[in-house]
Amino acid sequence: MSIQNPGRHTPNLRHPLKRARGLGSAKDGTHHFAIQRITAIALVFLTIYVAWLVLSLVGDDFATVRATVARPWNATLLVAFLIASFWHAKLGLQVIIEDYVHTPWLAATSQLSVIFVCVLAAIASVLAVIRIALGG
Amino acid sequence: MANQQRVSDRPRARPLSPHLQVYSWQVQMVTSILHRGTGIVLVLGSLLVAWGLVALAAGPVQWADFAECVRSPLGFLVMFGWSWSLAYHLINGIRHLAQDAGYAYEISSFVRNSWISIFGSLVLTAIIWLLAMTQWGNA
Repeated sequence: MSIQNPGRHTPNLRHPLKRARGLGSAKDGTHHFAIQRITAIALVFLTIYVAWLVLSLVGDDFATVRATVARPWNATLLVAFLIASFWHAKLGLQVIIEDYVHTPWLAATSQLSVIFVCVLAAIASVLAVIRIALGG
Repeated sequence: MANQQRVSDRPRARPLSPHLQVYSWQVQMVTSILHRGTGIVLVLGSLLVAWGLVALAAGPVQWADFAECVRSPLGFLVMFGWSWSLAYHLINGIRHLAQDAGYAYEISSFVRNSWISIFGSLVLTAIIWLLAMTQWGNA
């Protein structure tokens, strides 16, 4: 359709930014984007550290592995790795579901499941590291 | 205004509806799809990490069960797929972070660093397993 008479309607003088600022489709602006990148940057370093830690433990027995995980720096960085991982995982899976699951009830159920599984796994694994660290 | 744009009555070549089947194969598609695929694999891998740590906290018996599963043929396959997924998602993730910062968006470098992600991940996986095997031999 063509606009035959552009001057007939009063133009909207409000800048689109007024409506857009802080109001993405999920109503939280760039928060998701930012947290995904922050956890990603943290995970670049933490993943290399944890991969190195795991490789150094290949073939070791229960007591050695437990004593290594219990060391303060290892326990601290492992907890950081776990929190960043499961947070990053939740954000990534959320986007995948948003992109591919279009049935409302299925999308909502999937999103809830992802949140519950990621949070529970994060709590269980962090608690495990704390038990190991304190049980020395 | 709109009428002036219609110069000819000939049917114009209209853009095709974008869909996977009509695109010619490009490495950038593969790196993008693999990033999501490996991301999903890594979620499952993280659940294995959680299981391992919970078993380690629970005691030697539970840890032995976990270790037995990891050392089984299926466990070996899972560990191998997981290590490659980790290597790929790590390298391609760094590539994405660079792109988020506005670097390497020219088509030539975009294609080149796509290949770096793919071959780099294979090299990194090989290094990981070489180190693991050396460590296993020493233990």
